[in-house]
Amino acid sequence: GVKDGKWTVLQLVEALGFCLENPDPRTRGRGIQLLSQVLLQCYSLLQEKEVLHLVLFYESRLQDHHLVIPSVLQGLQALSMCEVLSPGLAVSVLKAIFQEVHVQSLPQLDRHTVYSIITNFMSTREEELKALGADFTFGFIQVMDGEKDPRNLLVAFQIVRDLITKDYALGPFVEELFEVTSCYFPVDFTPPPNDPHGIQREDLILSLRAVLASTPQFAEFLLPLLIEKLDSELQSAKLDSLQTLTACCAIYGQKELQEFLPSLWSSLRREVFQTASEKIETECLAALHALSACLSRSVLSSDAEDLLDSFLSNVLQDCRHHLCEPDMKLVWPSAKLLQAAAGASLRTYHRVTRSVLPLLLEQYTKHPQSSQRRTILEMLLGFLELQQKWGHVEEDESTLLSLQAPVCSVVFSALTDPSVQLQLVGIKALTLLGSLQGFLSSSDLELVVDHLIRLALHEEDSQSSEAAMEAAGSLAPIYPKVFSGHMVPRLEKELQSEREESSHSHCSLQQRCLQALAAVSTHTSIVRETVPVLLQHLQKVQKGSEAGNTQDMVSVCQSLHRVALQCQQDAEGCWYFHQTVVPFLLAMAVQAAMQESTHLLGKALLEEEVLAAMVPVISAATTHLSPELAAQSVSHVVPLFLDGEVSFLPQNSFPCSFQPFGDGECLEAQRRLVALLMAFVCSLPRNVFPQQEWLLRELLALSCSCNCPFTATTAAKCFAGLVNKHPAGQQLDEILQLAVNRMEPSLAEGPCRMQALTLLLWVTKALVLRYHPLSSCLTDKLLSLLGDMELGPAAADGFSLLMAESPDVLHKGCHADVRIMFRQRFFTDNVPKLVQGFHRAGPDVKANYLKGLSHVLNHLPRPVLVTELPTLLSLLLEALSCSDRVVQLSTLSCLQPLLLEAPQIMSLHVDTLVTKFLNLTSSPTMAVRIAALRCAHALTCLPTPVLLPYKARVIRALAKPLDDKKRLVRKEAVAARGEWFLLGSPGR
Amino acid sequence: MVGPGPAPLENANPLIYRRSGERPVTAREEDDELPDAIDDREIFDPAHLIRSINDPEHPLTLEELNVVEQVRVKVNDAESTVSVEFTPTIPHCSMATLIGLSIKVKLLRSLPERFKLDVHITPGTHASEHAVNKQLADKERVAAALENSHLLEVVNQCLSARS
Repeated sequence: GVKDGKWTVLQLVEALGFCLENPDPRTRGRGIQLLSQVLLQCYSLLQEKEVLHLVLFYESRLQDHHLVIPSVLQGLQALSMCEVLSPGLAVSVLKAIFQEVHVQSLPQLDRHTVYSIITNFMSTREEELKALGADFTFGFIQVMDGEKDPRNLLVAFQIVRDLITKDYALGPFVEELFEVTSCYFPVDFTPPPNDPHGIQREDLILSLRAVLASTPQFAEFLLPLLIEKLDSELQSAKLDSLQTLTACCAIYGQKELQEFLPSLWSSLRREVFQTASEKIETECLAALHALSACLSRSVLSSDAEDLLDSFLSNVLQDCRHHLCEPDMKLVWPSAKLLQAAAGASLRTYHRVTRSVLPLLLEQYTKHPQSSQRRTILEMLLGFLELQQKWGHVEEDESTLLSLQAPVCSVVFSALTDPSVQLQLVGIKALTLLGSLQGFLSSSDLELVVDHLIRLALHEEDSQSSEAAMEAAGSLAPIYPKVFSGHMVPRLEKELQSEREESSHSHCSLQQRCLQALAAVSTHTSIVRETVPVLLQHLQKVQKGSEAGNTQDMVSVCQSLHRVALQCQQDAEGCWYFHQTVVPFLLAMAVQAAMQESTHLLGKALLEEEVLAAMVPVISAATTHLSPELAAQSVSHVVPLFLDGEVSFLPQNSFPCSFQPFGDGECLEAQRRLVALLMAFVCSLPRNVFPQQEWLLRELLALSCSCNCPFTATTAAKCFAGLVNKHPAGQQLDEILQLAVNRMEPSLAEGPCRMQALTLLLWVTKALVLRYHPLSSCLTDKLLSLLGDMELGPAAADGFSLLMAESPDVLHKGCHADVRIMFRQRFFTDNVPKLVQGFHRAGPDVKANYLKGLSHVLNHLPRPVLVTELPTLLSLLLEALSCSDRVVQLSTLSCLQPLLLEAPQIMSLHVDTLVTKFLNLTSSPTMAVRIAALRCAHALTCLPTPVLLPYKARVIRALAKPLDDKKRLVRKEAVAARGEWFLLGSPGR
Repeated sequence: MVGPGPAPLENANPLIYRRSGERPVTAREEDDELPDAIDDREIFDPAHLIRSINDPEHPLTLEELNVVEQVRVKVNDAESTVSVEFTPTIPHCSMATLIGLSIKVKLLRSLPERFKLDVHITPGTHASEHAVNKQLADKERVAAALENSHLLEVVNQCLSARS
């Protein structure tokens, strides 16, 4: 009634009059409760006058019987939310509460009400409360003193934080306020299981930290507390102290820190030197970083002592000498401490490096052993990395520039050291020095290039060689002139040199050259130099008659692929690459295909391997084209295949016409080039269409009729790739109908069953990926083929094709239409059918269903698998007895994560699992033995009481694989057996 | 400088050695047909064996402390013998017997039964070398030691994977 305005509050109070004044506290309580609840509903409608009277009434009730108090507080809470509260009332309510109520003897809910009242007033009546001065703070301290409930603490901490950040007068009560909050530090709270309030330990920690680190006024009390807790045995207390210290440094100045610096430093140092926990070490370093940053920030008054300087002197004094003992345990902790301090500000960086860098350089020369030098250089590298953080530094100030010569000589000496590990660090340092602007002089740079070429081409260890190539790749964009002027010509010369020495080393040298050329192509101007070199080399290899030049051609293609990937992001480079490389490759291939009928020269180019290596090159050169440029390219390439239009190719005088889709025996070679067409059209952006209709029909015909499996499969893939991107509509439906009509009869019988199955698989994949309605019909067809004696096994393997990412077509990279959840969807739609099919199938084809199922499961994301597997568990256990090793292997790899993540469910089957796993450890296939042993190892995650009855048996059975003929099997056996020994033993 | 840790360490800043990397898997090892003999490295290797045993008092492995080295591991697969020499960090190391016992237990659990084990201290590196060697060679004493649940607990801790 009051809400609608039919009644006024006055009328309500009058009506309740009897209750409100009743001598029985219970009745009085009920009356006030009713009134308070009404007020909570409609506090916003009250008039100023009404509020005044209600407030006075409630204040007087605070002295009432304790049964009444909860309702009174509720009423006050309602009133505290009124906007029309007249000035002065807030103060008087709070005073009354502070005076009359002993808050901590109230139940949790009522204490919470008090905090709400205070919060409400603080947010609306800030000025009035501030007028109360320190009394308000003191009142609140009394209210919260002794609070224990985490829900209330969160609110109370928030109030304290507001008190501080909003500048309420703390007066003489700073220490009391600190005491009343810091007594909770470090927070030790574990939420009860099934806690409905969802308050985590972390929430309390963070909100308490926000209070403690909110004002420098707490510093004199807080810092000793933090130092004390740092010495504690409890890891969590240490962590919390360190994190709080880091937080404090954000607002403290040197005045607050001064007194405590020596003990803070000695605690931090002790922890870093002694701890075994990486987490504590990280936090210590963060705290040291924060401390140094804080000290660097503080403005110096001219006469005061420079605290930063003396602090860093301490740090240096304690850490520096450890750097001279690169074999000892404390060398790294010391280096890390120094780096943490140096990373805090430019000033700290200079102070530390001025002392440390010369020392490290000197130590490097003093210690001749490679391993020691490596440690020293790694530390040096750490300091150099910090320099990068400050970017370009004014020359006169930089310590590093003054040490340019010795640093370079140390790094260069590392590059020529026989130890690979030292070389690797040297290469890293070199890359870093190169990225510091203006550090390396031009003569140094030439030396750098020489070193990189030597390491990339002639260093025996492949790790160093690869690292050198990487380094060249990352430095090349910074100094394109140096690399295109020095490195590329040198590599080209090496590549062209014909040497008579043993062909093996020559061969690997050529390989290295190709790789290095690709690696250094990270800048457009360099790409323009390297691509022609690579293409020329490809042509030269093709003309050569040596055996084994297939491999060489593949290597060139791999290098081209890498270059293509590196220039994808740069539109200009990408177009240059596309325009140069794609026609060139097509021309070479077309020429080879035409000649093939007459002489054998150049045939290697048409081998599957080489064509397959060209596919990613063309694909990578196409995916990132802009639609306009792509369309331009389409207008050349597609007519080449459909009409034999060769005019755009660089050398275009051919003896006969190019008709890959024509009939005739002699065109076999030309048809293989469909692979290159596929690479191009399947990588186009989705809104660029080749002449779809005609092309699709030709591809469909080719895929169903061609005898060569390579060509047929490629045509099927190309068809699928186009269908996947084809816009939905009548045109698509027609072409799909056409495909189904062609497949059905060929699948049923005839010489082309296999080709038809391949086409079915690829088309199904194309449609499953885009959730096309026809996909379920095709999948059903595939499921029915699992029961086919001839095609069953191939159909079962096809499920892996459906679920796996295919490398060349139908993936996101080539703009295919791929829905993210397609695997899960396929799983829910088809696994029940697979299970059903398995139960119905005859004994000789059962394995096909299991195999299909295991392919689907293997590609499912782990989390989904773990939730879905329990329903399939009985089937999987049956699959363990299947004799097909693909099924065994994939079942084992499904079960292993399940053992780790769902031990409770798995415990029910422990008997079967133990028996089957132990049986499979003597499988003839190594991979199965390894997987079975891993599962036996994972079994130890089940609850120990379940396992103990099997312990003796398993340990005995695992003795046999300890003597397996394969090392990798023995390794797993040792790990599994060791873990079983520890089961139920003390000290595990 | 040493804080209120559990107990003061006998050797607070020991010399440490770099861990050798994982043994790279060769193509031959992946070939199902060819047998691989058990060699020195295998005995030394991480999952496979003693290299990753933890030191009873440092959070470091025996390899990092150079207590075991691959050159001091001798295996003869054909004759089924294994011999391991270990070097305590300091000549008076009170943990020597325990370390030896851990190595021995690890090998007992990890090697085929046909192998005959010999674990002893590198000659001339420990004060009571002879006594420790004698204890480790005595089968019955080793067995008896493992009946002692406190000792077994410490050994198992050394053998547990590092968390």
